[in-house]
Amino acid sequence: MRLRLVLREAASGLRRNVSMVISVVLVTFISLTFVGAAILLQFQIGQMKGYWYDRAQVAVYLCTVNDSGDPCAGTETTDDQKAAIQAQLDSDALKPYVKNVQFEDHKQAYDNFKQQFSDSSISDYLTPDLLPESFRVQLVDPSQAAVIVEAINGLPGVQSVDDQRQYLDQIFAILSAASYTAVGLATLMLVAAVLLIATTIRLSAFSRRRELGIMRLVGASNRFIQTPFILEGVFAAVIGSVLASGAIVAIVQFFVRGYLRQALGATSTVALIGVGDAFIVVPILIVVGVVLAAASAGFAISRYLRV
Amino acid sequence: MIRFDSVSKFYAGNSRPALGDVSLEVNKGEFVFLVGASGSGKSSFLRLVLKEEKPSRGQIHVLGQELSRMSNRKVPYFRRNLGVVFQDFRLLPQKNVFDNVAFALQVIGRSAGFIQEAVPDVLKMVGLAGKSGRFPHELSGGEQQRVAIARAIVNKPAILLADEPTGNLDPSTSAGIMTLLERINLGGTTVVMATHDAGIVDQMQRRVIELISGQIVRDERRGGYQTQAIPVQGFGLGGAAGGVTA
Repeated sequence: MRLRLVLREAASGLRRNVSMVISVVLVTFISLTFVGAAILLQFQIGQMKGYWYDRAQVAVYLCTVNDSGDPCAGTETTDDQKAAIQAQLDSDALKPYVKNVQFEDHKQAYDNFKQQFSDSSISDYLTPDLLPESFRVQLVDPSQAAVIVEAINGLPGVQSVDDQRQYLDQIFAILSAASYTAVGLATLMLVAAVLLIATTIRLSAFSRRRELGIMRLVGASNRFIQTPFILEGVFAAVIGSVLASGAIVAIVQFFVRGYLRQALGATSTVALIGVGDAFIVVPILIVVGVVLAAASAGFAISRYLRV
Repeated sequence: MIRFDSVSKFYAGNSRPALGDVSLEVNKGEFVFLVGASGSGKSSFLRLVLKEEKPSRGQIHVLGQELSRMSNRKVPYFRRNLGVVFQDFRLLPQKNVFDNVAFALQVIGRSAGFIQEAVPDVLKMVGLAGKSGRFPHELSGGEQQRVAIARAIVNKPAILLADEPTGNLDPSTSAGIMTLLERINLGGTTVVMATHDAGIVDQMQRRVIELISGQIVRDERRGGYQTQAIPVQGFGLGGAAGGVTA
């Protein structure tokens, strides 16, 4: 009986305010889509980090005869020096950080280069002795590359030590910036959504001020008075969040899994997020929508409940 | 029932009090007229009893509860024991007579069965038995006020507060409303009625409390709109200044 009455009140409020309710739905829809996109971008970054950091190495490039100036002075690294570097990498101090070490000689470097730049004419002018020999060091924890760089850099015969992760970090920084931008836009939109919900509920309360006055006079409890208004706001926000959830799932399904995967090619090593990730985002969006709507509607109506 | 202990009420931006150091007591089953010019504090008195306002000073006890100690959450439940009627009726225009009265019961969570029984009963009591399907705009002023009274008493309140209930009505219609309020009072409900209507007060010969500028200047048993007795009677007033003569 009471529940029916509350629901009927909420429904009549929604009917009376259709245009405002639609604007609430649209604003929550757009803002929560941005929130969802930001979360998905973070998922994607996490997935790529996991994939690439495992493959990121520290490359210790050795001197060739062509390296004039410091530290090589035009002399090829000697076998003794190579052994010293190898010994340093195997030493007890570095052992805990190093997963494995591979040595790449001129021949292998040349083959790898030719493979990577097969369509470029530069490989035609290249000879194996131009490319430096190197130790390829894989780390247990890629974030601790600085330890290796510190220990190896400056040893005789070492031309340079290169932490490949730094190139990846730039890419991830760009992706992170994109996701923070999305979060920023989402926050602005959410503020607009909250204000719009509050305004809508105030309008709704104003159009029912006679009823509200009588309810207060005859002693309707505050909860009874405010529940229809909160339901009204929550209802509009839930529609918005469901639309946003649909948009997020569609983005993953058709853009990421469909278009992006095709564009990157079937052999691409980039790990993409899946629809499963989108379904993790859906409940987050709905909870955010409901909580924000309930809070702002409750705040807006509280003015009418003051005794 | 209602007790004011040295109650003052100031409104912001007005140094003169709406009520100044008012003390009085209304007992169970009394019928009290509150008379005085506009702005003399009658409405402030009623609003304080309803806990729509807080007193600036002093204590108010209603139905055995000290209002300033009552939490906001309990105010709605407290108000269920009070009925209120206004000069402008305050009916819901899009609801018919039955629904207007039923609304007061629905919103405090009464069952449909209870409403089906109580509403026709109270409409019969106020003399609107055949008009439960009418809408407010189809009723005369007197009938609209009867609907408002029905709504105020359907929950069987201990106290009925009436703020100039006959202010918009002609004398013969007012007399009908007064007969109804008298009958409600005979049923044991305490009635406090603010009014300007000298004829009604003179005819009823009930307790009269007169306010001037927020002060009680007269509190008379079986009084008229203007007093015949020369001295001012003080009920726990402790030396109210000045006398009012007819």
